[in-house]
Amino acid sequence: MSVQEGAPGAEADVALAPHPSIQVPEFRIVPRAGIVAAALVVVLLVIAIAANSRWPLDFFHVAGGAAWTIVDLFLGLVLGPILGSLSPQARVEMTTKLMPKMVVIMPIVVTMTLAAGWQLGIKDGTLLSSYPHHSWVVASFIVVGVMSILALGLLEPANIAVLIELKKPRPSPQVIEQLMKRFIYCAAILGLMQVATLVIMTKLASS
Amino acid sequence: MSDRRLPPVTEVAMASLALIVAGGVYLSAHLPQHVPLAPAIVLLALSVLLMFGNLASLARVRGFAWERFFAVAKWSLLAYTVIAGMIEYAFLQNHLHGGALVVLTLSLVVFAVHVPTLVGFTVARYEQK
Repeated sequence: MSVQEGAPGAEADVALAPHPSIQVPEFRIVPRAGIVAAALVVVLLVIAIAANSRWPLDFFHVAGGAAWTIVDLFLGLVLGPILGSLSPQARVEMTTKLMPKMVVIMPIVVTMTLAAGWQLGIKDGTLLSSYPHHSWVVASFIVVGVMSILALGLLEPANIAVLIELKKPRPSPQVIEQLMKRFIYCAAILGLMQVATLVIMTKLASS
Repeated sequence: MSDRRLPPVTEVAMASLALIVAGGVYLSAHLPQHVPLAPAIVLLALSVLLMFGNLASLARVRGFAWERFFAVAKWSLLAYTVIAGMIEYAFLQNHLHGGALVVLTLSLVVFAVHVPTLVGFTVARYEQK
């Protein structure tokens, strides 16, 4: 990497991998235990939707929504800046431990939140246009839609790409830096959009 | 880092996804009323056009790392097919039928194909040949 120590912006562009002393730990891009857990959640979610029972649907929607919101806010606004200030070796270790988990956690958390939420909305009639606060529900559709586009279009591909880059014998620090910046900035934007989701959902829950 | 000129696959894919999301919001916002399907069909058609345009422009790139692309995209396709299947299941469970079901199902097909394409592209674009 061409950045020289002490040069302006050097701290932000610190290389992740080319430093001779930096070791990339062994890791799996998709953890096997995570796949088993995700498959279990999918099965339970299908059962909950088929049963159309309030408690499991509430559980999946509330637990999933809370996890989604907290992970986005924490990752984007707390962990992201911390990650940027770590030493290159620490950043590599953190990335190889954190990102494989994110590959499994986020898609399944989003799926359980939205699928259970949709089913609850049908059950309670809150999705119907006759619902008094229908405009708030539509606003939530729009917010979730924009968040989904950002997550699917930028966040998830960057997550997988950075892991595959780190698996290479000679990972490119520039590629990793670029993808990690994209991931963290995107997570921060999603975290801020989650505040809008919180406003809408608390309004609907209290009305 | 690769400095090859590549088509704007990410941008086009996001635009395509935005169109089907807009169609989905339009249909969902009118439940359970009978809603004119024309706007949703137009949005879906534009999204499909963008998807095929994206695939065509990517197919023309010389020296693209197709092996890496397919290695990643096939697993991503499996994962997003499961997710799309979950959403379709929720639609069927709630007795969605007719034109709205067709539009939403085709939207899910676009979603399940375009997202893996995007993931495969993002990974393969940085592959050193």
